[in-house]
Amino acid sequence: MGLIQYFKKIEPDKKKSPFLHTAYDAFFTFLASPNSVTKDGVHMRDGMDLKRTMVHVVLAMQLCYVFGTYNIGHQHFTAMGEYLGFLEGFHLKLAHGLIKLFPIFVVTHVVGLGIEFWYAAKKGHAVEEGFLVSGALIPLIMPPDLPIWILVLSVAFAVILVKEAFGGTGMNIWNVALMARLFVFFAYPTTISGDDVWVSGFEHIRAGYAADYGWAHNLFNGLFGAMGLDKFTGGQVVDGFTGATPLALAYQGGWEAVTAVYSVSDMWWGTIPGSIGETSKPFILFGAIFLLVTRIASWRIMLGMVLGASLMAIILNAWDATPFMNVPWYYQFYMGSFFFAMAFMATDPVTAASTNGGKIAYGFLIGFIGMIVRVLNPAYPEGWMLAIIFMNTFAPLLDRLVLNPHIARRKKLAHA
Amino acid sequence: MHTNHKFFSKLLLSTALLISVNSLSAQNAAGDTNVYLIAILIVIGALILVSAILTLSQNFISIEAAKFGVEIEEKDNGFSLSNLWKEANPLYTNGTPVTELKKGHDILLKGKPSSELIKKNVKRFAVNPKSFRGLSPIPKVLVEVGDEVKAGDPIYYDKKNPVVKFVAPVSGEVIEINRGEKRAITDIVILADSEVKHAQLDPPSINEASRDDIVSFLLSSGGWTLFNQRPYDILPAHDAVPTNIFISTFNTSPLSPDSSVIIEGQGDLFQKGLDTLNRLTSGQVFLGLCANFDDAPHEVFTGADNVVKKWFKGKHPSGNVGIQIHHTAPIAAGQTVWTLSVQEVITLGELMHKGIFNARRIVVIGGANVINPVHVETYIGANVGELVKDNIQGDNNRIIDGDVLSGKQTKDSNYLGFRSDQISVIEEGDYYEIFGWLVPIKARPTISGTFPNFLYPNLEFDGDTNTHGERRAFVMSGEYEKVLPMDLYPQHLMKAIMTGDFEQMEGLGIYELSEEDVALCEFVCTSKMPLQNILRDGLDMMREQG
Repeated sequence: MGLIQYFKKIEPDKKKSPFLHTAYDAFFTFLASPNSVTKDGVHMRDGMDLKRTMVHVVLAMQLCYVFGTYNIGHQHFTAMGEYLGFLEGFHLKLAHGLIKLFPIFVVTHVVGLGIEFWYAAKKGHAVEEGFLVSGALIPLIMPPDLPIWILVLSVAFAVILVKEAFGGTGMNIWNVALMARLFVFFAYPTTISGDDVWVSGFEHIRAGYAADYGWAHNLFNGLFGAMGLDKFTGGQVVDGFTGATPLALAYQGGWEAVTAVYSVSDMWWGTIPGSIGETSKPFILFGAIFLLVTRIASWRIMLGMVLGASLMAIILNAWDATPFMNVPWYYQFYMGSFFFAMAFMATDPVTAASTNGGKIAYGFLIGFIGMIVRVLNPAYPEGWMLAIIFMNTFAPLLDRLVLNPHIARRKKLAHA
Repeated sequence: MHTNHKFFSKLLLSTALLISVNSLSAQNAAGDTNVYLIAILIVIGALILVSAILTLSQNFISIEAAKFGVEIEEKDNGFSLSNLWKEANPLYTNGTPVTELKKGHDILLKGKPSSELIKKNVKRFAVNPKSFRGLSPIPKVLVEVGDEVKAGDPIYYDKKNPVVKFVAPVSGEVIEINRGEKRAITDIVILADSEVKHAQLDPPSINEASRDDIVSFLLSSGGWTLFNQRPYDILPAHDAVPTNIFISTFNTSPLSPDSSVIIEGQGDLFQKGLDTLNRLTSGQVFLGLCANFDDAPHEVFTGADNVVKKWFKGKHPSGNVGIQIHHTAPIAAGQTVWTLSVQEVITLGELMHKGIFNARRIVVIGGANVINPVHVETYIGANVGELVKDNIQGDNNRIIDGDVLSGKQTKDSNYLGFRSDQISVIEEGDYYEIFGWLVPIKARPTISGTFPNFLYPNLEFDGDTNTHGERRAFVMSGEYEKVLPMDLYPQHLMKAIMTGDFEQMEGLGIYELSEEDVALCEFVCTSKMPLQNILRDGLDMMREQG
């Protein structure tokens, strides 16, 4: 273990430079699990710890990252009517996706982890792993063209006010990643709603504009040129391309309007505009199954959500007042980010209900309310973010509804 | 035959599920019809309905039969959802109901003690007031260094409660009185004679003497110290009358002693002990029996009289007396129950029957680094070093007085506690592991699905004391519930204790728990919370409040 000894040698002094020591400690415990032993209480501990838990959630998202990155590029070129086949122009799409995603990913982590480290140093405890998941989720739920300074503000808002103000990992009331998105949604609504924001570079390829490629694209152009591949040339958006998501279309004209633009398999595989990581259903479901098999996420919440959303969608089918309500209930799952919210957002154990009964109710109500917001709200045709944050607020209440009868039953026994 | 039938039912059900899933995806592709889906749903619904009707009618028939006193044979009525996943109870339970506990986890460790029983020549024994919770730190010691004592002679008493006498486990010479912090007495060491001489007492008749006579005999003879009172795990007050008395005849904790080795040849004394207990409680004496194995428990247990027998089946902690109490007659606020181990019942029986305090104890020594893991016959308070001498390999071990989950760390120069029947030896885990949290080098026990442990259900682990991670705030939920087979919300209870909310603590059932019951919860905790310490803080708070 020469490596360990080397790293132990360069450990900064805790008193002299607390921030450095915190950062060192965070990276060191990442490199090697510490040599701490049990004291009193149990003498043997389960192999599971919070790092392992969090990293497994991040692992579950990796396919969404791969697909999301590529889909940024795919949508960009689809808007211009170029390389319409999914695998055509592979290098260009991937390069464009990386150029868009990379800054978002790096900035999210630098800002978020920076704040975490600073707080940990200040409070004198170890850096907690919660931001590993929040930091991996935030890029996936943002639109690809989100200005970086807005991202910085939203991440800082979420980490400082939603998490650290309440005491750090495990103490927050609302889902950190969703609060970052909520911040953008209320503070800068034009960057995260409407038809224009879901396709990367859409602003710049409208009729009369030239595609706005920066130095990164030019760098790749040089590389691709040298390899004899196609280059980024820019172009104009094709006639009839609106960038509208299936949900926006469904709001205007029901299922017919959606299928006129997107096929069912497009929506299933996720080759449609949307937030970066939420479009591809199979890859999200793969992550969901991974989380269920490893028993990290609660099946109760997921099941409850599917039931709640199905029930509300069936009720809306029966109501049948607008074209959107008339969309067959099972097709509601093909549109929007239901599965992403189900797999990664609602199952956050800190903000969800913590009793088994409460979890089913919590999931069910998210599904139920989210579908109401999606279909009946004219301003914003997607509901999971708002529904989850709403139910985060009421999760302790759901737990109380489970615990209070339990307590009353025990009291009754005592008096009997 | 029976298993075959079940196997096919399961197969049928899973096929139905598979078909329904397939049809769902087929419907995705077709996009125009969900006829299949509806048909499958109807079929599944019909199956459930039919099985519900069958179960219900069966129940009605048995109710009617019971009314008329007719005995009908339980028949397997074909397809019943509730029976499908239930395993048949072993035959030796004779049809008495078995409490099946689904939750829990068995930690399989290397070095499981064989049922061989050996005698070890231990010279030094100690009585340690620290074994009893709630005594004042400096008891009144009745002997001096150099005194000769017989087994059963009073050694000390608590100044707050002078009627309860604590007695010597062996005869011999008092050689040390050790003091710890603030001059609190830690142990009073006796150098044992080669042949133990017992003080002969004159016990009252178990069946004919008045309860008061029995109690006063037990108080003066050391018999009272055998009782453990729940809640709080303390010695009962000298005038206490327990609501019920519970004895668990099996131990499910890792590397635990085998009670059939313990009971062999002690059947009469065990029964005398049970008879005595019956005189002491206002309620009943319950005996928890194990239905986990193909072989019946020892016939002394199955044939015991004067007790109510309760069968339990399940993984650890189903052998914990606290779990059994919860499923028999839960402790409500204001109630107290007593618990004893099998060996303590035997000692009590011998005390009442022969008039001698025989502190014989069978202790197991187990763990991966134990050369010959066996049962050892000795007496209460034996010196740990002498017990494990020449039986441990390696020099970086932790010796635990008790099991690896709820025992106390001890060392060679220490003495076993009053209620100990187990020594576990595991390796200290003071090593770094590169990326150990992600790709562990050594297999380790866990309940997490992120390890491939579920592929090797019978794998035995070395086990070590590494924490495998650092302490964090509560993050995960529902973990504790998976391993605690009680109708309880342990995480919420812990939070109530941490915030000092008495009403919630009581409502969430703190009285029903003891450290050993939440030990497995502490083991699985992702956030590495010290649950046993938290629970003890809570119990102490409740006890101080009265």
